[in-house]
Amino acid sequence: MFSLESLTTLVQDWLNKTFPPTWALLIEFVIVGILAIALFAALGLVLVIMERKVAAWIQIRLGPNRVGPLGILQSTADTIKLIMKEGLTPDGADKFLFNLAPFIVMIVSMLILAPIGFAKGFHIWDINIGVLYVSAISSVSVIGILMAGWASNNKYSLLGAMRSGAQMVSYELSVGLSVLSIIVLTGSLNINDIVLSQQNGWWLFKAHIPAIISFVIFIIAITAETNRAPFDLSEAESELTAGFHTEYSGMKFALFFLSEYINIFIVCAIGATLFLGGWMPFHIGNWESFNHIMDYIPSFIWFFGKTFFMIFLIMWFRWTFPRLRVDQLLNLEWKYLLPISMVNLIVMTLVAIKGWHF
Amino acid sequence: MFIVDYVKDVYGAMKSLLVGMNRTGYYFTHHKEIITEEYPDNRETLLLPERFRGEVVMTHDENNEHACTGCSACELACPNGTIKIINKFDISPEGKKKKAIDTFVYHLELCTMCGLCVEACPTAAINMANTFEHSVFNRGQLTKRLNKPDSKLKAGVE
Repeated sequence: MFSLESLTTLVQDWLNKTFPPTWALLIEFVIVGILAIALFAALGLVLVIMERKVAAWIQIRLGPNRVGPLGILQSTADTIKLIMKEGLTPDGADKFLFNLAPFIVMIVSMLILAPIGFAKGFHIWDINIGVLYVSAISSVSVIGILMAGWASNNKYSLLGAMRSGAQMVSYELSVGLSVLSIIVLTGSLNINDIVLSQQNGWWLFKAHIPAIISFVIFIIAITAETNRAPFDLSEAESELTAGFHTEYSGMKFALFFLSEYINIFIVCAIGATLFLGGWMPFHIGNWESFNHIMDYIPSFIWFFGKTFFMIFLIMWFRWTFPRLRVDQLLNLEWKYLLPISMVNLIVMTLVAIKGWHF
Repeated sequence: MFIVDYVKDVYGAMKSLLVGMNRTGYYFTHHKEIITEEYPDNRETLLLPERFRGEVVMTHDENNEHACTGCSACELACPNGTIKIINKFDISPEGKKKKAIDTFVYHLELCTMCGLCVEACPTAAINMANTFEHSVFNRGQLTKRLNKPDSKLKAGVE
């Protein structure tokens, strides 16, 4: 069976045989960096065209259909256009922070990629605190957004950035608590261990109603954390023009745009890992023959399938629900999501201690 | 009871969100009926409605004659100054001065295609064409002269 694990070990063995160990490590860094950037570029193109097509189909339209077959090259054409545009820095802006902000947002998205398991034995960095690392790093991106809003020297940008800050800081709690409710069951923060603990079924099905509640809370909170509709107050185009990236143009704008989609991919990958078993194929208890058939589908197809299912759910939200007001947004978090997820965490702990899950 | 209201709130919210998602999910999975029109690439078989309003044109017959007397009713009717009529005075054989049109200036870049000039015209000299691709590279190309060179007023139109 085809597996990416054998490929990586092959490359590593060859490098270690040909070069001294330090050089082999450095070359591996470079390869991983190139692969990460390639994944980002490919994901940006695919997710943008997917978003536009999903939006069109939900609104009974056709969507982009001019560039390439069925319009699939539309996002490529848009990217080429953005690369060729001038990256303007306004006169009144804080030039250093203004130019730094898009890179901070982008680097944060890149860093979160490290512990994610893409396939069986295929991850950049297998650390024992993977989930903690992700939740710690993802809070840094709010700094990039605040920086962009402040440095633009524009009232709309600053308002958008402040809203975004309030929103991300409060919704981080719900994400953390709903992630924690799965950690309670697995007893490990290592992403590989979490995936392996779903050998006989995904946590969404194994842990009954508490898991479903925490899945719903998780998906609402990550929608808010990635600043997407219905929680896109920070860029609310009808009131704040474009929020924190009003003043950005050309490739610097494209970096913000890209990092939004990369963040969606990453949070959906985390969600898929925690609730839907990551790269683990669909297994039911101890039905050996059924599980064996499912194993024939390569693990990276399972991972990307689940992740794109989650991404589709989030896109479905975006094109269905109207935007919240800022007070409604904070009400939802502090009066509903946070208390419910706290109670849910206690119930989940009870389930884990009593062993009521499968 | 506070807690009962709270649970009812959450239940009602989830229910209404699911109703909305059901509706949009139905649209997503039933991708047959499309409510938008595609861009008309089929130029040969394209049938535009009779009352479609493209740009304003002046009709000329085979003798290069038009029906415009230069009364400037269209210029007065135009809400945003799209039309400018420049008149000249022809000297008839009997030595009488007669008002005639020199240039019918039409600014396509200002036109909103409302068709009020066509309605105002007493001699039905102008009408709306069926063209719809008006983009050009130079703004000067949008200022048009509607009466053809050397054209003259049709006999019998006053």
